[in-house]
Amino acid sequence: MNERFPVIPDQASALARDVDMLYLFLIGVSAFFLILIGALIIWFVFRFRRTSDTDRPAEIHGHTKLEIVWTVIPLVLVLIMFVWGAVLFFKQFRPPADAMEILVTGKQWMWKMQHPSGRWEINELHVPVGRPVKLTLTSEDVIHSFYVPAFRTKMDAVPGRYTTVWFEPTRTGSYHLFCAEYCGAEHSLMKGWIHVLPAEEYDDWAARIDPDLAELTPLEAGERLFTEMGCMACHNPASGALGPNVVGLYMSEVRLDDGRTVIADEDYIRQSIVEPMAKIVEGYQPIMPTYRGQLDESQLMQIITYIKSLE
Amino acid sequence: MSENAAKTENYLNVKHTVASWLFTVDHKRIGVMYLATILLFFFLGGVAAVLFRIELMTPTEMFMASETYNRLFTMHGITMIFFFLIPSIPAVLGNFLLPIMLGARDLAFPRLNLASWYVFTFGGLLGLGAIIFGGVDTGWTFYTPYSSTYANSNVILAALGIFVSGFASIMTGLNFIVTIHKMRAPGLTWFRLPLFVWAHYATSIIIVLGTPVIAITILLVAVERIFSVGIFDPALGGDPVLFQHLFWFYSHPAVYIMILPGMGVVSEIIACFSRKRIFGYHIVAMSSLAIAILGFFVWGHHMFVSSQSMYAGMIFSILSFLVAIPSAIKVFNWVATLYGGSIKLDTPMLYALGFIGLFTIGGLTGLFLATMAVNVHVHDTYFIVAHFHYVMVGGMVMAFFGGLHFWWPKITGKLFPEMLGRITAIIIFIGFNLTFFPQFIVGYLGMPRRYHVYPEEFQLLHVMSTGGAAVLALGYMLMGVYLLYSLILGPKASSNPWKAAGLEWTTPSPPPTENFLEPPVVKHEAYAYTEEDTYRDDAETKGDTHG
Ligand code: HEC
Ligand SMILES: [Cu+2]
Ligand SMILES: [Cu+2]
Repeated sequence: MNERFPVIPDQASALARDVDMLYLFLIGVSAFFLILIGALIIWFVFRFRRTSDTDRPAEIHGHTKLEIVWTVIPLVLVLIMFVWGAVLFFKQFRPPADAMEILVTGKQWMWKMQHPSGRWEINELHVPVGRPVKLTLTSEDVIHSFYVPAFRTKMDAVPGRYTTVWFEPTRTGSYHLFCAEYCGAEHSLMKGWIHVLPAEEYDDWAARIDPDLAELTPLEAGERLFTEMGCMACHNPASGALGPNVVGLYMSEVRLDDGRTVIADEDYIRQSIVEPMAKIVEGYQPIMPTYRGQLDESQLMQIITYIKSLE
Repeated sequence: MSENAAKTENYLNVKHTVASWLFTVDHKRIGVMYLATILLFFFLGGVAAVLFRIELMTPTEMFMASETYNRLFTMHGITMIFFFLIPSIPAVLGNFLLPIMLGARDLAFPRLNLASWYVFTFGGLLGLGAIIFGGVDTGWTFYTPYSSTYANSNVILAALGIFVSGFASIMTGLNFIVTIHKMRAPGLTWFRLPLFVWAHYATSIIIVLGTPVIAITILLVAVERIFSVGIFDPALGGDPVLFQHLFWFYSHPAVYIMILPGMGVVSEIIACFSRKRIFGYHIVAMSSLAIAILGFFVWGHHMFVSSQSMYAGMIFSILSFLVAIPSAIKVFNWVATLYGGSIKLDTPMLYALGFIGLFTIGGLTGLFLATMAVNVHVHDTYFIVAHFHYVMVGGMVMAFFGGLHFWWPKITGKLFPEMLGRITAIIIFIGFNLTFFPQFIVGYLGMPRRYHVYPEEFQLLHVMSTGGAAVLALGYMLMGVYLLYSLILGPKASSNPWKAAGLEWTTPSPPPTENFLEPPVVKHEAYAYTEEDTYRDDAETKGDTHG
């Protein structure tokens, strides 16, 4: 890569190399067709230039074989592009099961993240090299987009739902983090850095919790919120509780009172908390109060982390 | 009517009063009024672009605050897309030429046509109002919930402007469809139609099917803002991604509203300046329809990282690849048309060839964006910005100016200075590439779009881009100057200065109010460049006005 005039950004994840390969393939195909078309035009313009105003060139109506050739060849090429792109895309967005999860909330105009160890960060994200990291994203207000060019990946942070993105850094160093979705006045300031550390260094870093801030892990914080916010009053696994038992809820099938069944994923659990009337569990009364406005997005994520851990 | 009176009276000089323009139902005059209106918007959008391109020369704030910057790129996008590109070729050249190419006296509904201009202008004024009373800062895409809840600017006024001007599009589209079906001259069968007409037919179908969707969507944004009904804002129980589906359901096909008419223009120009029938005429005509239909099923390629399902993404990806095929076919057929022709590089032809080159780059980079894994990286970066400017400016604007030069003698009855025209075309081509090619590179490097300040390492490419924009602006200004000059002092044009085929060249320049001195009868296919009739021009056959 040319250092003084780079055309390819840093490659800091395994995926980055794969995406660049595909990109180069696309450039190759494009360059071929562009040069072909350009050369033909220039050649024809010279070869068949008008020499006299009385030129009356013969009519050519078309040529079926040629039409077929220049339909089929591009068709085959685009199918290759499609398959290659789709396969890589699935790799890009299917996190491995053992990926470490970091909770990320976008907010006009900053990124807030919480590590599994409980440590918080704003606009800077430390991650270990060589370990898969999965981010669960959401937004407090408008749509933002978490974009790390060096990892060739990006995902929108959408208010009211959870999205995920993952990467496995392959090189230590600091790389740009941008918000890629226009989000208002200071959109271009909603950026930061991804710091890729050697794995042990990351572990040390993450363990350095600020005791004054009493930073809890997302799981501990969620458990505490579950009690403090009074969820226990209705969701106590004891018999006769007003609300359904949430142990083992995550990814189970829930029957609703209108006969539908839904899978209890993160989005469903979130909705049950902020918009309890939207989906009522079969056999229960719609008495759960809404917690919209009482819990911020980070706290919601923590409660969900806690509910997910109950098995 | 005496021969002499017929020769001197035309649609421009029948009456000179302002009222004769404002109340005209002549499609030619309405086309000219549209031309004046959209050029105003083109100018405004261009000024906005120049201002923020200057600002972008430095990575930090130079002379405008973020709020101003955001308003400028929004103003640029809204005016250029809704008030310039969408109406550009259909409402100006289409309006002027379609009836003449069909051998008709006017469009099917002349009053509806006049109404469309008023509606469009009213919509434009609302948009203008939004800008004057403080501006809009949502981007032309109006993504929710930013636009519906958070933005603190004139969203409602701008939304109304777009809503209203949508009706003008629909009126024009309906008018074209009916006219093409019902008002073709005797002998003018479907497969004798010029490709310009086919392109407008396909465009009109998209307009009529798609515009209501954007109109309602944008109205819903206003409704949510005013009444706080939960439609798109999740805090009110709405779905922000729903907006994107609705928006792109129209706005992707809108790309074809903008490019298909350009393809029609290019077909006419290439045929004329190589004196050949368009190679594979039927296939080129049908590919317009294929694009119109397929174009409605690819909107999700704007949303691969929006939380849309991965499987839905796959469907949108493959359909986006398929819609590229008819475009590729057109390009190959145009190039093949040149083969064995008699080629002359006059100004319109330079624009048409420029179109092919730039549109090819735009189309090929579209493949990068249909490729999901690459899209994820370049989505919402300058790569996209470069891509759609290659399609819409390199494609549509080049075609529009090519068409404007080609039919300028017909519309105004005046010739423009040919040499200056050619030089300007080349300046514009160079300026365009200098502006937008660096943006592909800076985009792949990771520069997000709509960034007021940016990391230093991107500065060099931004400076190149701004330099290119200056060249481009110079080209446009030069064009403005010599076209105005030709309007006032240009030599008179004969009926067929380019020796082109097509009914519009058989009538005097400028045409009489009723378009033809005698109702035409069509005996040939379009582009009959082997027929000697085609080359007839009233400058040579003085006194003889009928064919
Ligand atoms: C006043 C009693 C009450 C309180 C307090 C309450 N809930 Fe509920 N909750 C219910 C009831 C009743 C239902 C079932 C009816 C429904 O779906 O709304 C329910 C349903 C749920 C569900 C869906 C369960 C399923 O099986 O699908 C979740 C998740 C949930 N609550 C979480 C919470 C959390 C977290 C809190 C505390 C922040 C909380 N609830 C506080 C009564 C309560
Ligand atoms: Cu942003
Ligand atoms: Cu699109």
